[in-house]
Formats: sequence, C-alpha cells, structure tokens
Amino acid sequence: MKSYSFAALLFIFWIFLSGHFEPLLLGFGVVSVALTVFLSKRMNVIDHESYPLHLSSKLPSFFLYILKEIVKANIDVVIRILGWRGASVSPQLVKIPLLQKNDLGAVIYANAITLTPGTVSIELSDETITIHALTKAAADELATGRMSNEISKRVFEK
Amino acid sequence: MIIDILSWICLLAGGALGIIGGVGIYRFPDFYSRLHAAGITDTLCAMLILLGLGLQAGWGIAAFKLALIFVFLFFTSPTASHALANAALHSGLKPKLDMESRHD
Repeated sequence: MKSYSFAALLFIFWIFLSGHFEPLLLGFGVVSVALTVFLSKRMNVIDHESYPLHLSSKLPSFFLYILKEIVKANIDVVIRILGWRGASVSPQLVKIPLLQKNDLGAVIYANAITLTPGTVSIELSDETITIHALTKAAADELATGRMSNEISKRVFEK
Repeated sequence: MIIDILSWICLLAGGALGIIGGVGIYRFPDFYSRLHAAGITDTLCAMLILLGLGLQAGWGIAAFKLALIFVFLFFTSPTASHALANAALHSGLKPKLDMESRHD
C-alpha cells in the first residue's frame, strides 16, 4: 500500500521538477519512478521511519515552532558575534535527558537542537544528548526541557 | 513593486547574515563555538536568501525548486553539523569551556 503512495508522490515530484508534459518525458518519469520503487522495495526501505507519511499533518505546526526558535536563536548569536552591549560567549557542555523513546523522535529532537544556532547536539546515547551550547542561557533553556516537550507535543500527540 | 522591495530586504538581510556568520567563524574561540556561527549561515541566512529569490521568481517551477532547496538544507545542515561535531569529539578535540559559569 505504502509503495503506491510513494510512487504517486515520486511522480508528482518528477512533474514539478521537469515541467514538461511531452509523452517521451512523462514516459521517462514513469520508468524512473518504477525503478526507484522497485529498488526501494527490494532494499526494504519504505517503512514508518524512512517514509513518515503519518507525520505530514504535523509538519506545519512543528515548522512554525522551529522557525520561531531559529529566528530567536539567530538574533541572539548575531548579537554575540558582533559583541553589542558587551555580549560575549561562554561555551558550555551539558548533558540533557532524551525523553523521546523512538529513533525518529530522537533524530527530530537532536536536529531541532542543532538547527537553532547557539546549541549543537554532539553526542547521542539511549538516554541523554550531549549539547555544546554557546551560552549558559542557551544551555539552561534546553535543560528546562521546554523544547523537548514542545516537539513531543507537536509531533507525536494527536 | 512591493514584492521587489520585500525581496530586496530579504536578500540584503540574508547577505548581511552571511557576512556576520563569517565574522563569527573568525571571532569565536574554538571549533565547537565556530559551528554555532556557521549555523547562522545554514539557517536564517539561507532561508532569507531563498525567500528573496522566491519572491523574485514568482509562483512557478522555479519557486518550487527553491522551496525544495530549502527543505534539503533544513534536513541536511543539522545532520552535517552534528556529524562534524561528533567526529571532532570522538577524535579527542576538547571544547574550550567557560569554567567559571559552569553549573554542574
């Protein structure tokens, strides 16, 4: 079942990227989509994790949240780079608990941390993430677990 | 006209952020903190430039492709940053930490 929607999506993708409707080019599209779907099926990579279609309805809310965080963090780091008002950096290394229990959740959370400038996830284990933070404020903010909660709420709850 | 102005604002702000990110890479003390400065060019700078270009392109295939570039950046740049930082950590590069204000 999943491979049908995968094929449909791939074909829409092909049409948008090519922008041509000649039979020859559409035919090439069909052939390459069929080959891709065949190979992905053989490699067994069309599953819940690599093709998380069930999460797509959560994307807008997650995206708005992460965009807001990115803009906030960017402004903070820019101020620190330029050194306005005596702003400086105080790099920190902290371990914070990883509350997302599945791999997909952990990847989403770690990527969200890295996407916001000022914090980079540098090591993942089963229960903790090691974070390098540019400032103590950023490290403390992550340690409160607000971002983890927001992401769990926006991505995994109904 | 309004779209032109908006797109110029986006492009200029994006360019300025790119330069600031470069300055940050120069100014910050060690490898790990430089990653944060590079994070600016990865995120807001790239977003603003792509948005500015998208406004210039108007609705169409070009805008769709710009959106795709954005999506790929959105997924790959944190992965790349993490891979770099992780590799540095595992090969024994110690981050310069601010010991005074450490809290653990």
